[in-house]
Amino acid sequence: MAETIAFTLNDKPVSVTTDGQRPLLWVLRTDLGLTGPKPGCGQAHCGACTVLVDNKAVRSCVYPVRNANGRQVRTIEGLAKNGELHPLQKAFVEHDALQCGFCTPGMILTAYSLLQENPQPTREEIIQGMDKNLCRCGAHTRIIDAIQSAATAMKGGKA
Amino acid sequence: MNSHEYPKIDFTDFQLDLDLSRRDLLKALGGGIVIFFCVGEDSVLQAQRRGLPSDFNAFLRIGANGRVTCFTGKIEHGQGNATALAQMLADEIDTPLESVDMVMGDTSLCPWDGGTWGSTSIRGFGPALRAAGAEARRVLLELAAEQIKVPQERLVAENGVIYDKQQKDRRVTYGALAQGKTIARQAKDKPALKSPSEFKLIGKPFPRRDSVEKVTGKAQYAGDIRLPGMLYARILRPPAHGATLKNVDTSAAEKIEGVTVVREGDLVAVLHANPDQAAAALSQVRAEFNPSPSQLDDQTIFDHLVKNAGNGRTVAQGGNIEEGRKMAAIAVEQTYLDGYKAHSAMETHTALAQVEGNKATVWLATQTPFPAKDQLVKALGFDADNVRVITPFVGGGFGGKGSVNAQAIEAARLSKATGKPVQVCWSREEEFFFDAFRPAAVVTIKSGLTKEGKPAFWDYSVYAAGDRGAPHFYDIPHHRTTSFDGAPHPFATGPWRAPGNNTNCFARESQIDLMAAKARMDPLEFRLKNLKDKRAIRVLEAAAEKFGWKPAPTPSGRGLGVAVGTDVGTWVAEIAEVQVDKRTGRVQVKRVVCAQDMGLAVNPQGAILQMEGCITMGLGYTLTEDVHFRSGMVLDRNFDTYELPHFSAVPKIETVLLDLKDQPTHGGGEPAIIIVGAVVANAIHDATGARLLQLPMTPERVRKAIAAIA
Repeated sequence: MAETIAFTLNDKPVSVTTDGQRPLLWVLRTDLGLTGPKPGCGQAHCGACTVLVDNKAVRSCVYPVRNANGRQVRTIEGLAKNGELHPLQKAFVEHDALQCGFCTPGMILTAYSLLQENPQPTREEIIQGMDKNLCRCGAHTRIIDAIQSAATAMKGGKA
Repeated sequence: MNSHEYPKIDFTDFQLDLDLSRRDLLKALGGGIVIFFCVGEDSVLQAQRRGLPSDFNAFLRIGANGRVTCFTGKIEHGQGNATALAQMLADEIDTPLESVDMVMGDTSLCPWDGGTWGSTSIRGFGPALRAAGAEARRVLLELAAEQIKVPQERLVAENGVIYDKQQKDRRVTYGALAQGKTIARQAKDKPALKSPSEFKLIGKPFPRRDSVEKVTGKAQYAGDIRLPGMLYARILRPPAHGATLKNVDTSAAEKIEGVTVVREGDLVAVLHANPDQAAAALSQVRAEFNPSPSQLDDQTIFDHLVKNAGNGRTVAQGGNIEEGRKMAAIAVEQTYLDGYKAHSAMETHTALAQVEGNKATVWLATQTPFPAKDQLVKALGFDADNVRVITPFVGGGFGGKGSVNAQAIEAARLSKATGKPVQVCWSREEEFFFDAFRPAAVVTIKSGLTKEGKPAFWDYSVYAAGDRGAPHFYDIPHHRTTSFDGAPHPFATGPWRAPGNNTNCFARESQIDLMAAKARMDPLEFRLKNLKDKRAIRVLEAAAEKFGWKPAPTPSGRGLGVAVGTDVGTWVAEIAEVQVDKRTGRVQVKRVVCAQDMGLAVNPQGAILQMEGCITMGLGYTLTEDVHFRSGMVLDRNFDTYELPHFSAVPKIETVLLDLKDQPTHGGGEPAIIIVGAVVANAIHDATGARLLQLPMTPERVRKAIAAIA
């Protein structure tokens, strides 16, 4: 059944009239034209589709768009502010923490959510926090380094 | 399309037509200085091009804005060739790296290319590109001499500018030289390339050039391209390989608003303006299939591969095996098994096709845009000139997007049928089903040692993995290597990062360790003593030094393993430290040191990224990845049961890249993965005394192996 769902997307109000059960991923990618969140597995196993809902990482491939009603949704496209990369984005660039780049938006937003909860994580805490995001190219050690260095750059402050 | 019907791409010998004439190209490029070149191919590329017109294989353009554009049929799927190739070109032409643009994998703009596989971008295409760059520099110097009226010998080219060394303000930029000109040069002679002492960019570490696009979400992959009116297709799939469609009822799906159903022979698809709604509509299609005739499963496959192997092919031999047997005091015989592996790139096979009249444009996630174009030409019956494949960013390939381009044909057929642009993006379940897997394989090795502990003979038979990496390189007087490839697989198989070499290295280096143990020698020392190849010895010594290796016969209880191998001209050695939980059988790899000799490393940073990626990816086939199947059904269809390496599985990785700037460049994308299985198997043996003979080395198999020696 079509319903109207209104939320804030990358700091701007949006509304869509659609079946509320549809996964947020596909509403973002088709109805709203944001292709940063990627389809990787369709079952919340890989994390490529990760977006932030009220600053918490969610797997948008299994997240009904209805649940976003009234909330703040952020995709990778909305992370840089006024053309300035977020410290996590900068750190991923500086550490070469990516290869094909397909998992990267999900990695960065999962890390963002992790740093919200734990601004100064240990290496072990980063590994635990990122463990359910998959990368096939094998950029893992650099991703861990990038998150550590972003946490330092953010000086323990929230993102 | 049944996976057995994938058009065969010959990965050693292509027979295709060159698509573009130079005149067409000049028109397409819009003037400037264009250099065509044909030189510097290594034997791999030459083999691919056999039978082709070969007046150019590389070209570049210098525009009036001073930008230098490299056109290459190679594609970037994460391996970093877009950065290293730009370095090579910028260095030879003497322009800043930032002024080089890369146009890759567009069949209407780029010179023909057999595909991005076999680590050929830098070692194969790179030399031709460097030569084209050097030729361009020569042309620019000629033009500058004319324009600023200074004899050529007084001119210096630097950072995109040519100036008179006696009077530096007499200068002209590359852009100004190209202004208003259309110059096409076919270079004939081999130009002088820079020597290592002249390198400004080659051999220096550079970060990836595409990172900012990838961290901001701006990088577009095939699934991110949007065209007005496009539809998303979901296709009816059989439950098993070999299952055939008995009947299908699409009437319920047809009633859903916005759904288009296409039935065209074997192709039954539902299309919708939203992909998730197309998927929902597909679930309303009722279909019955005849079961697959296949009786094989992941347990019985190994017997099948050996029993139906047919006649073997001798790949390498020397001396006389019977003589060797007589010399031997100790015999070591073993059989090694390896299951099917999926490529599992994070981006699934995706295509967007736009068929208009008798023309087709396909945005494609592929490693082989030109062979894919040929397949499209054949499937659509269009003229080759009317079919264009464009390769946007590719989300990983690992060989899996080299031999399988079926999604391109599906999208093109559906676009032709509906008259609208159509995207086909395989679900993860389709990806697992239609993958051309790394083949399951069996290796048997009979070998022997003299009473002094010297290898006497080596009789090696590999079934189904192929012969890459099969011949050994140790000093063994009597030896024979035979490859058997006769047995059919229950589904498609194809190249998977360093095809065959992972399996062959696992078997060979495990066997060498067994022999070292029988000889009661340290496994590193045993290798060094029985190797002749200086490069093999050098990488082993480099890895041992970095690791801080202390000799001891294995099993020492320390959990240390060593292995060495060669692939695409490069040598690698690895030393690993593992921790084995003897109760659960769980293996944690703590540390891996890898030393690599790849000759001249054009971008050492990119090369190290590839080494780290290889080691990390390699842990999957080593410890967890195995495709389970039964009666044509692929039982692992997503990442819940097919386990890729997670963050918590990744060890401390240390790399040593030998600095060999005066040597030719060898492959970098594959070598470091080939010995991961072997080095971990050897480390598990060193930790526990148990020898694992089957990949992956799951906790259950490790427990069983430990129990067997208790």
